[in-house]
Amino acid sequence: MIDIQDLRVSFGDGGDAVTAVDGITLSVREGESFGLVGESGSGKSTVLRAVSGLNDDWTGRIAVAGADQGPKRQKAFYKLCQMVFQDPYGSLHPRHTVDRILAEPIAIHGLDDADARIDRVLRDVGLGPAFRFRYPHQLSGGQRQRVAIARALVLEPRVLLLDEPTSALDVSVQAEILNLLRRLRAEHGLTLVLVTHNLAVVANLCDRLAVMNRGRLVEEMTVEELRRGAAREPYTLQLLRASLGYDRATAESFRDYA
Amino acid sequence: MTDKTPLLEVSNLRVAFPTRTGMAEAVRGVSFTLGREKLGIVGESGSGKSMTGRSILRLVPPPGRVTADRLAFNGEDLLAASPRRMRDIRGRRIAMVMQDPKYSLNPVMTVGRQIAEAYRVHSKAGAAEAKRRALEMLAAVRIRDPERVYDRYPHEVSGGMGQRIMIAMMLIPDPDLLIADEPTSALDVTVQMQVLAILDDLCSQRGMGMIFVSHDLNLVASFCDRILIMYAGRVVESCRASELHAARHPYTRGLLASLPKIDEPPGDLPVLSRDPAWLEG
Repeated sequence: MIDIQDLRVSFGDGGDAVTAVDGITLSVREGESFGLVGESGSGKSTVLRAVSGLNDDWTGRIAVAGADQGPKRQKAFYKLCQMVFQDPYGSLHPRHTVDRILAEPIAIHGLDDADARIDRVLRDVGLGPAFRFRYPHQLSGGQRQRVAIARALVLEPRVLLLDEPTSALDVSVQAEILNLLRRLRAEHGLTLVLVTHNLAVVANLCDRLAVMNRGRLVEEMTVEELRRGAAREPYTLQLLRASLGYDRATAESFRDYA
Repeated sequence: MTDKTPLLEVSNLRVAFPTRTGMAEAVRGVSFTLGREKLGIVGESGSGKSMTGRSILRLVPPPGRVTADRLAFNGEDLLAASPRRMRDIRGRRIAMVMQDPKYSLNPVMTVGRQIAEAYRVHSKAGAAEAKRRALEMLAAVRIRDPERVYDRYPHEVSGGMGQRIMIAMMLIPDPDLLIADEPTSALDVTVQMQVLAILDDLCSQRGMGMIFVSHDLNLVASFCDRILIMYAGRVVESCRASELHAARHPYTRGLLASLPKIDEPPGDLPVLSRDPAWLEG
């Protein structure tokens, strides 16, 4: 479904240039849920932004659903592939109602029957019609993230790109959103790409994952291997140990991996 | 002061804010005592955990109102202390580390000067002595090249280093109690562990008491000695950190169950159904 070959992204010019993504090759199969894991600055979000078309300054090859993508995307691409962002407090227009937020993608793509589509997608994300004419400030963080997911789903895409979709939420709300994403994936046969720093979230929602560090792919593994702690690379093992909670001796053993 | 006086006594602490519909209580009768230990306060957003931490330093902004049957530090009543006395206590005796170094450091002053200033405000030391102490403190929080970092501005350092600088600044007056409000939430896991190790060592070396406010149950359970779990402004459960897995309150159990775990097979997570009775218990 998604094929990335030798993707490179850098920011800045000349001596100030920073290479955020340094030659990434990976592919995600149709219907798969794929996790992209790393610490801040590892380039994981930049990969996602390049795939989604938000970052147009990259080299390499990106193919989605068999079609090679250029820096600028056609409208049809966004019908196929939608994105959900980290912070539902920042990603929804504060002065648009839920109805208007969901109507906009429908209008852009010239789809018919907006009313029924909005009604259906709201039920789909577990909000119901009562929420349709509310403003984002009248919703909790979890409800806002449901609206953001509904906005992505209203076009009935086949690929959903998720950038840390639960890290701004409380753990009890995180559980609800993870359950929602699992159900939506099963019902709509979605392909998910989930960017996160949280290995436990990946273990819960994904089939396969790639670990990134400083713009490079450290290793790819299945979630089954992750669960057994069967990582091959020392960097992944360190990340796993750090996720298990605080331990004085473990903290001492950490080092930087270039 | 005797050895028997607890470092901090809090009894029936309440924080309320006036709203159009009457007073809204953010903290509703919290009581605990703290010795020279690491106490974790855990809860979700809006549970009142940060307000509890702030009210100890009387940093609740007006029109918020703080009341308590007793709020005493080393036997001294904090609610009766004059503003001048509070300025003396803040930083010197009780220090606070906030969540995000980006917003807590002065952007137009080098980090070294900020740390030295924190020392000079609370002692009669001269500039040279303050600089020497600041460099020592930067080394104590394991910054590799203190001389170089001393002359940096906050935007020139990473998040993890910024948080270490904050901790250095808070610890340089040698406080008896450190209140850390989500001190590591903005950091990567490995850096988080390293910063916690620094706090851990400083606590045990200096015999400092610490209140660690966090939303991260596993982190608090592995780092602290004792835990208070807050829900809607009240402490619903308190336990030894090592016994968190045996927690009894349905809220605590629900929170623990809703956490995804690396070694569990994928599947729906139990969702917390909130019982109105928890508001009163």
